[in-house]
Amino acid sequence: MSDPHRLRRRAQAIHGWLLLTPALAMLTTFAFYPTVATFWASLFSRGTRRRPTEFVGLENYQRLFDDPTFWLVAKNNLLYAGVTIPVSILLALAMALWANAKIPARSFVRTAYFTPTVLPMIAAANLWLFFYTPGFGVLDQIGALFGAASVNWLGQPETALWAVCVVTIWKEAGFFMIFYLAALQTIPPDLREAAQIEGASRLAYTRRIVLPLLMPTTLFILVNAMINSVKLIDHLFILTKGGPSDASKLILYYIWENAFAFFDAPAAAAMTVLMLAVLGALAAFQFFVIDRRTHYR
Amino acid sequence: MTQQPPFVTLEGVTRQWDGRGGVRDVSLAVPEGAFVSILGPSGCGKSTLLRLISGLEMPDAGRVRIGGRDVTGLPPADRGLSMVFQSYALFPHLSVRENILFGMRVRRVPRATRAHKLAEAVAMLGLEGLEGRKPAALSGGQRQRVALARAVVSGHPLCLMDEPLSNLDAKLRHSVRRDIKALQRRLGLTLVYVTHDQTEAMSLSTHVVLMRDGQVEQIATPRALYAAPVSTFAAEFIGDPPMAIVEGAALGRPGALVGLRPEHLALAPAGAAHLTGTLREVEYMGAETHLIVAHPAGRGLIVSVPGHAAWQPGQQIGLSLPEEHRVLFDAQTGRARERPAPGSRGHPAPVAPSP
Repeated sequence: MSDPHRLRRRAQAIHGWLLLTPALAMLTTFAFYPTVATFWASLFSRGTRRRPTEFVGLENYQRLFDDPTFWLVAKNNLLYAGVTIPVSILLALAMALWANAKIPARSFVRTAYFTPTVLPMIAAANLWLFFYTPGFGVLDQIGALFGAASVNWLGQPETALWAVCVVTIWKEAGFFMIFYLAALQTIPPDLREAAQIEGASRLAYTRRIVLPLLMPTTLFILVNAMINSVKLIDHLFILTKGGPSDASKLILYYIWENAFAFFDAPAAAAMTVLMLAVLGALAAFQFFVIDRRTHYR
Repeated sequence: MTQQPPFVTLEGVTRQWDGRGGVRDVSLAVPEGAFVSILGPSGCGKSTLLRLISGLEMPDAGRVRIGGRDVTGLPPADRGLSMVFQSYALFPHLSVRENILFGMRVRRVPRATRAHKLAEAVAMLGLEGLEGRKPAALSGGQRQRVALARAVVSGHPLCLMDEPLSNLDAKLRHSVRRDIKALQRRLGLTLVYVTHDQTEAMSLSTHVVLMRDGQVEQIATPRALYAAPVSTFAAEFIGDPPMAIVEGAALGRPGALVGLRPEHLALAPAGAAHLTGTLREVEYMGAETHLIVAHPAGRGLIVSVPGHAAWQPGQQIGLSLPEEHRVLFDAQTGRARERPAPGSRGHPAPVAPSP
């Protein structure tokens, strides 16, 4: 290998690193360093004026596992994810298939479905607060027309989490629909015609052609929905504040409470680390297992 | 086209969008086993006509019959036909095998039959060893063959093709063209083939349907279409180079347009020339040279001379237009006025549009 050749390769490598540097610096400052710092903080005890912080190893995690509220909150979050993710994805798919068909007022339908996405979550939550309010809320008023008794949807442990789920689904389905709609429009109309000529019914075409071609989109939406099921808790602050008796409390809300209401930073740090571990494992599963079975064009 | 009982019949079929485009009042009869090309410039409605036969488009008026059955209101699947699309329309997420089997799967054909037919189609189109590949991993020619296999495997007697060669390069186009013709003959298919390429239409088909602005201009065998075009449009669309057209006044036939195929156009010494024009361009083709001549009364005057010609642009050039090869058109309507006696050159009588 000649010398100028080696020089050029080195120059290329330096060039590559230079291009990577800005992103690397930002990610290190705002993602990697905080992650490490959080993990580090979760290994120390909570400092008070008389007892300074000391290294306690995994004691914070032990404390967390002994905390019944933590388990309740984890269970809540699991149910919340288990309901909102599939329902909002299925709803998004159904709406996209409908809004992509040749229907009258198609753009009106699309806009209507997309409107909830444009609203800030706080505004949406306030809107739904008005729907759910016992007595003069919209749901109760409609119920009263049919002689139903007043229900305090957000105020009782049995219904509070479900009421929160409904708001999330309402908010997310329209957003996911846009992705499905975009993906549907990249499917050439020829494929439908070819399937038609081969004798495929509309159902067979949807099941054998459309759904497999939408798989990459579904995967993308799934990742987003999963992240949102942990991340999106704005509406809890307006609707229930996690209550009643922690019935609608989700993990991130509990972390926030621990850190900024109970001032127990090490507990919050430990919980954050656990959450990151679970999310990381899920992302790995999606990208390494599901991704392989998905057809990308 | 009337000797055999027609297999596909269109009767006064019309399909337009807001009174524009599409096809107007097209009637056509395709005999069984025929290779019919629908030819015309882009936007003339040839694809619409094919889609009307396939059932992907429903006519505003008129009837469509296939195999003696009125299929006007039937969906594509119930018409007993297969189709090859310009884009091939292969399902990108399915392997070659699954693409070919798709129709049989949705129609719930038994497994043994499927395997047998797949093997047959794969062998016929030389797709052995590619069964497991996705369309993205195939070359253009291979994709084309998969699309043909999908059409063949259905076993339908009627096959429709919408510009199936336009996405292939010129060399491949010639070989696939011959494959299609061989396949059609071997399976006894009735084939309706849409193209804008007149060489394709002329070389492949038993009958050519020439279209213009949504209407049929002429239906004829390739030979009749070439020898006896019904209009100046047909004359100038067919042939490479197409027919030369000269105003009749310049040749002592006022009120007429005189058409002449370029192979009958010859150089003539100044005294014996019917026309004298200016040489505009010299195109050397190898075996022959095209001399493109400009004359105020003529268009498309191209003389081919064998081998290389030592002519220079700008020279005056005398042309002879032999009387017996002239085709006369009405100057007003552009329709053929009198046909040259067909027997004189061994061409069969032109066939009138049917029914």
